Amino acid sequence: MKNLIYTLLFLFPLGAFAAGDIKLDEASIDLTDNASLQRGAKYFVDYCLGCHSVKHIRYLNIARDFKIDNDAVLENIAPENAIIYDKMLSAMNAHDATKWFGTKPPDLSLIARVRGADWLYSYLRGFYIEEKAPMGVNNTVFKDVAMPNMLWQLQGLQKPVYKMESGQKFISKLKLTEPGQLSPEKFDLLVNDLVNFLVYVGEPHQLERIRMGKYVLLFILMFLIVAYLLKREYWKDIH
Amino acid sequence: MKNRLASSTDWVLERFPLSKFWNDHMAQYYAPKNFNFWYFFGSLALLMLVNQIITGILLTMNYKPDAELAFDSIEYIMREVNWGWLIRYMHSTGASAFFIIVYLHMFRGMLYGSYKHPRELIWIFGMLIFLALMAESFMGYLLPWGQMSYWGAQVIISLFSAIPVIGDDLSLWIRGDYVVSDATLNRFFAFHVIAIPLVLVFLVIFHIIALHEVGSNNPDGINIKESKDPWGVPIDGIAFHPYYTVKDIVGVAVFLLFFATVIFYLPEMGGYFLEHANFIPADPLKTPEHIAPVWYFTPFYAILRAVPDKFAGVIAMGGSIFVLFLLPWLDSGKVRSIRYRGGIYKKALLLFVISFIGLGYLGTQPATHIAVIFARIFTAIYFGFFLLMPIYIRWEKTKPVPLRLTEQPSLEDRIPDLIATFDEVTLKEPIKTKSGTTLLPRRLNVKGLLNVMIRLLKKLKNSLD
Amino acid sequence: MNDEGVDKSKRQFLTSALTVVGAVGTGYLAVPFLAQMQPSVKTEAAGAPVEVDISKMEPGQLLRVEWRGKPVWILNRTKEVLATLATLDDKLRDPNSVESIQPEASTNPYRSIKPELFIAVGLCTHLGCSPTFRPEIAPNDLGPDWKGGFFCPCHGSWFDLAGRVYRGVPAPTNLVVPPYYYITDTLIKIGEDTTPEANA
Repeated sequence: MKNLIYTLLFLFPLGAFAAGDIKLDEASIDLTDNASLQRGAKYFVDYCLGCHSVKHIRYLNIARDFKIDNDAVLENIAPENAIIYDKMLSAMNAHDATKWFGTKPPDLSLIARVRGADWLYSYLRGFYIEEKAPMGVNNTVFKDVAMPNMLWQLQGLQKPVYKMESGQKFISKLKLTEPGQLSPEKFDLLVNDLVNFLVYVGEPHQLERIRMGKYVLLFILMFLIVAYLLKREYWKDIH
Repeated sequence: MKNRLASSTDWVLERFPLSKFWNDHMAQYYAPKNFNFWYFFGSLALLMLVNQIITGILLTMNYKPDAELAFDSIEYIMREVNWGWLIRYMHSTGASAFFIIVYLHMFRGMLYGSYKHPRELIWIFGMLIFLALMAESFMGYLLPWGQMSYWGAQVIISLFSAIPVIGDDLSLWIRGDYVVSDATLNRFFAFHVIAIPLVLVFLVIFHIIALHEVGSNNPDGINIKESKDPWGVPIDGIAFHPYYTVKDIVGVAVFLLFFATVIFYLPEMGGYFLEHANFIPADPLKTPEHIAPVWYFTPFYAILRAVPDKFAGVIAMGGSIFVLFLLPWLDSGKVRSIRYRGGIYKKALLLFVISFIGLGYLGTQPATHIAVIFARIFTAIYFGFFLLMPIYIRWEKTKPVPLRLTEQPSLEDRIPDLIATFDEVTLKEPIKTKSGTTLLPRRLNVKGLLNVMIRLLKKLKNSLD
Repeated sequence: MNDEGVDKSKRQFLTSALTVVGAVGTGYLAVPFLAQMQPSVKTEAAGAPVEVDISKMEPGQLLRVEWRGKPVWILNRTKEVLATLATLDDKLRDPNSVESIQPEASTNPYRSIKPELFIAVGLCTHLGCSPTFRPEIAPNDLGPDWKGGFFCPCHGSWFDLAGRVYRGVPAPTNLVVPPYYYITDTLIKIGEDTTPEANA
């Protein structure tokens, strides 16, 4: 029986070749980088909060977790007239949103857990001009997206470069046809900060969880050693 | 002071059979001395039941069973309740761990014939526990009210409508509404929090009582009660307490290492323990692209999809679980343990394992043409294992079963061999980076690895005869 | 199984060691489980201080606001009321508020920062009912000894218009005065003691 187990264990890693459709660019997530998270929070309020709420985060969480004063948060990051306990809600109401966009822009509290950091990073940088689209843009990872590119002034305008593969037209890459206020490198850093923030928002306690893990495992290991010694001592009786 | 303690203990003991209970079930319950790895999973299952109940109670303090509030209440627990995230992860990981443990626990029964006479009732109680566990986890999964929760429930409950004549009314009765809605959520909450846990606790108690009535089986499948010493104690038996209490504690500790690793480092387990789509609130107007049940249901789901007719698929799925109940009567052979059974049963069991895992994998994937073909093959093997059993075990060439338990090498005895294998598979040359720092102290020896694999495969082939 | 060579003391030691480690582990586990019942951030947010605008208050008027789920009274006391307070001292259980709960700024004969404005948590210190506001003198149902105050209908406790409890009634202490401060002359913050700058 154990032979079967060993054999199966060797074969198991072969299952790792699962789906892999669109190639995603890698985001560089570091939740210990408070400066990046603060910038990301500010960018979110500036460019996204107009339509998208993150209702599960309070400005208090940003102050506590990013290590800044309540007042600094209320002055620099939060919109006007917010109090520290306020949740990060959007000013747009559902009725208007449905009228303008056809659907209410979703709350983004958990978007990082649904899509993943790399997808978000690729998405925010993947808009390109498409005249026929309702918002004038399409996106490489989110086909026919109903969202306009809120960052277009910073990024500039991109156009797709097509290539032919097995009789089908694919987008091989995007070319910057009109530069924006930021260079492509600076823009990528900005998007990375935003995605970093969204990853934090998805699960604020993840840093704490990972940090605690090693102590818990160490303790259980210690327990295991003592337990095993006790077991061995008693089982000397047997046979 | 010591006398006071003794006399108050006596007061209780005169009025409550605590001593008798302790002796019958712990200090003088004699279990076979050769329990191996496969025998840890019973106590681990009990541990998981306790874990789910305690973490469940704590979650219920903050969860809101209302369609408008449920999803947000779980995010509230994850973010704002002190340590809420830990309790939530213990509960979600615990559910998956429970199923891994229970599947391995059931497999032990299949390896060593633990369902055979006189233990059929233990097996039946166990199967009822399995059913209750599936119902419990199905209902529990609706509670987060995510996209997967909602649509998974919608799909599975609509299966009941496939039953002719009463189907639609039955589905309506289960849901309390024409679609899965707040009414469904509320009643699933009631079932999940109290009704089924009560049933589970009672079933587990009956399961253990039935076990203790006849005594435990063992990896050799021998009845230890046939060889007793002058005091009536089986010669190959040892008192459950302290020997197995102390051994099970080690088992718990090893398990907790894995459990904690998942909770603290991999709570989503790549989307298998916490599915990505379930972080989107339920939307009755929008079905996700790809609905799959949670991983522990996928084998049965694959069987359901393999059958082209809706009602027949439901029957097949139900049948795949029902057939497990019949195992004690399908397998009429006298030899219990796989150690002494013939090659036919060993090969059949291997095929069963492959088909179960295969079905499990296919259940997670979309039903493409090729996938359905494989699912049908595996379904046939799955049912063949059970339904053809009365036939193929007639040709089984069993080996003689010894009268006394055999001695097997322990983990410690095997360590020199493991070290030797490791030496064979690696070379003493370290792997270095370009700058000269050592990454790994040893390099893989491909030829050695191939040799080891060939030896393992040969051993496998021999063991199957 | 034989008893020879059983090292009882080693077993005892290891059993004790394991019990200790197990107890510590259980403690580590119990802490999060018990702590999760503590108030969460949501409760903290709901319990945040409230601002009250008193610019439109008339003399003799009672304002009711909610703070931490409890009723808080803001009473505009007239000069007559303030004069009456001193005469009641011998009828009260704790006229100088020695046993009662109030912030330092309200530890004075009027139990408030400014005499004209009385602020108190509107819950009887007996078992938590909210007393009624009875500013009138000697009404029929309360008798001639009633000089204006708060009357708790649940078990009949009497409080004067500085929230001080009478003798011979079930309530043991004076009404609780919450921490508060004047943001401006017409804006009060209830729930916090002094301006944040003063705390630095």
